[in-house]
Amino acid sequence: MRVGLYVTCLVDLMRPRIGFAALRLLEAAGCEVAVPSTQTCCGQPAYNSGDAALARELALKAIGEFEAFDYVVVPSGSCGGMIRTHYPELFADDPTNRARAEALAARTYELTDFLVGVLGVERVPGDFRGTVTYHDSCSGLRELGVKAQPRALLATMAGVELKEMAASEECCGFGGTFSVKYGDISTRIVDRKCDDIGATGADAVVLGDLGCMLNIEGRLRRRGDERTRVLHVAELLAGDD
Amino acid sequence: MQSQAMFFKARAADKLADRRLQANLAKARTKFVDGRARAVAEYDAEVGADFEALRTAGSRIRERVLENLDVWLETFEERARSRGAEVLYARDGAEIGRLVVDIARRHGVAKAVKSKSMLSEEAGLNEALATAGVVPVETDLGEYILQINDNEAPSHIIAPVFHKSKEEVAELFARTHGTPRKTDIGEMTREARETLREHFLSADMGISGANFLIAETGSAALVTNEGNGRMVTTLPKVHVVVTGIEKLVPTLEEFSTLMRLLPRSATGQHISNYVSVLTGVRGEGDADGPEHLYFILVDNGRADLVGSDFQPMLRCIRCGACMNHCPVYQSIGGHAYGWVYPGPMGSVLTPLFTGIENALDLPQASTLCNQCGVVCPVKIPLPDLLRKLREKQVERKLRPWRERLGLRLWGWIAARPAAYRLAARIAARWLRRRAGGAERLSTLPFVPGWTAERDLPAPPGRTFHDLYAGRARSRSGE
Repeated sequence: MRVGLYVTCLVDLMRPRIGFAALRLLEAAGCEVAVPSTQTCCGQPAYNSGDAALARELALKAIGEFEAFDYVVVPSGSCGGMIRTHYPELFADDPTNRARAEALAARTYELTDFLVGVLGVERVPGDFRGTVTYHDSCSGLRELGVKAQPRALLATMAGVELKEMAASEECCGFGGTFSVKYGDISTRIVDRKCDDIGATGADAVVLGDLGCMLNIEGRLRRRGDERTRVLHVAELLAGDD
Repeated sequence: MQSQAMFFKARAADKLADRRLQANLAKARTKFVDGRARAVAEYDAEVGADFEALRTAGSRIRERVLENLDVWLETFEERARSRGAEVLYARDGAEIGRLVVDIARRHGVAKAVKSKSMLSEEAGLNEALATAGVVPVETDLGEYILQINDNEAPSHIIAPVFHKSKEEVAELFARTHGTPRKTDIGEMTREARETLREHFLSADMGISGANFLIAETGSAALVTNEGNGRMVTTLPKVHVVVTGIEKLVPTLEEFSTLMRLLPRSATGQHISNYVSVLTGVRGEGDADGPEHLYFILVDNGRADLVGSDFQPMLRCIRCGACMNHCPVYQSIGGHAYGWVYPGPMGSVLTPLFTGIENALDLPQASTLCNQCGVVCPVKIPLPDLLRKLREKQVERKLRPWRERLGLRLWGWIAARPAAYRLAARIAARWLRRRAGGAERLSTLPFVPGWTAERDLPAPPGRTFHDLYAGRARSRSGE
């Protein structure tokens, strides 16, 4: 099984170890993983900023880079949602590329969705010990139906105790450029998330999207919370290299 | 109503700093959300019931109407006329005002009682009536509170005083009614009821909206919890219904399907306290009902949406679920949006009805989290429509030059892998160096909006792709 890993631009820049964790999880499950070196960004920022032409250009680039793989795996719900849900929409008036986009969409999975749904993984290498709470990122949850999958994987880890937070499905207030354009509103939203996380007393908040991660960790630290770790689910599942 | 949507940013900042409002919002935040969740769960627990299937059915009904809106309008008009009603059309808010004032003059009306109508807010109808010498009296409790508070604007489409605490209302009542201050909600309601009763009995005209218009019977359907709608529509000799052309439903059967969706989505009720289906003028032997019935069917930007990318917005049945579930609405309340409709549905409707260039912030001020989309009873893809409005802003070059330049530059780089790798490498190193030995950055020159109230976790300094290439090289050298 040949799997193409879509690392995502934020993982590439901000936290490369998530990419390596995803790689390790996929390889441990027996996949032959390749990382196309020409990948850049899926085009989501352009799409959400209203520049559909640019989004189409970047989508075509990604389709060309990944359409030869059996599967494409993305350690991010929002980039995965972009490919699966929005690439086909981008080519509504272009039957040839629409077919290519749909074919790619059908083979593209968010990481935990792939591990559980396609590979049927029941054991993971990570050995984290402590309580965690899981934040359901919007795109993963509402575009891709990622909800039970990460929890199923966490449940296989003997040392991990999951303590659900209130309103785990509520947005963290990131929203891409929203958090920069409307920083004050974004702060109010992420404060509610930080309160809900804090109320669980968990050692770590675990999630599946870099945007939420930077936003939540950034706000927790600014509020003076140095204790709660903020981990991508891949980091937790894969453990230390 | 004059739109203030261009001042969204400043208004939102004011609302965030308003402690009393924030306390009220925090208190009200989960009321409707929990109510809806409970009602949906209870519905799903019934034998053979599936709320998701109901949402699909609801959206199909609304689409069926919109696909042949002209035909349903003609059907409605014919049936309503056959029952003695007059059917008039208004192109915009000003025309609504003219028509209502004409009707008032024709029947010698000095006072009009009103039940809640958002379209009357669109039209600024109360001002038009007052100017023509007709006293308008709001009788929905929330709208009444706003009217006696110097005609304050509603902040929610079904709960107009969502932003107020009962203490604020208690002060207002004591001041306006000249009665001792009371904070028991039941007693306050009784006080309002006693005041309003006089108005119901002395008014010559009742003005209502309509939640739905039923084509096959020529009826208006009203969904209320206070019963004021019945007073407004049956006591005065003249009843004027002001509603949008898109509110049509073909049959009573389909109306009943939508009624399973509306109260559950809005307040979490299985059914509202009152559901009225009003047909025609008072007939011979009828105990009540108006002698004269007028329908004013309003365009005000709606007809242009039929057949456009934004047609799905016309499915809206005004339940408020989108704003109840919106993290942005929950943070700033409804007034910041600046016009009649707040929250996600307002962020789509305001630019469409008042001009895209007059509400540039609204489509942008959303995280696109799609919580609104998944609770919408008629499955309006609200985030997609917000995104389409962003596209219109880009097409019409309405975005600030910095944003356009930034996006273009970023796009140029993202399309070129070698340039992108270099840029990412430089950015990673620069961020690392700026952080020094720290794990995070507390200031950033290019995006101060981010670091004003949160840190940026610092990257390790080398990109994934550089590390991966290095690892591949060392492996092949082994």
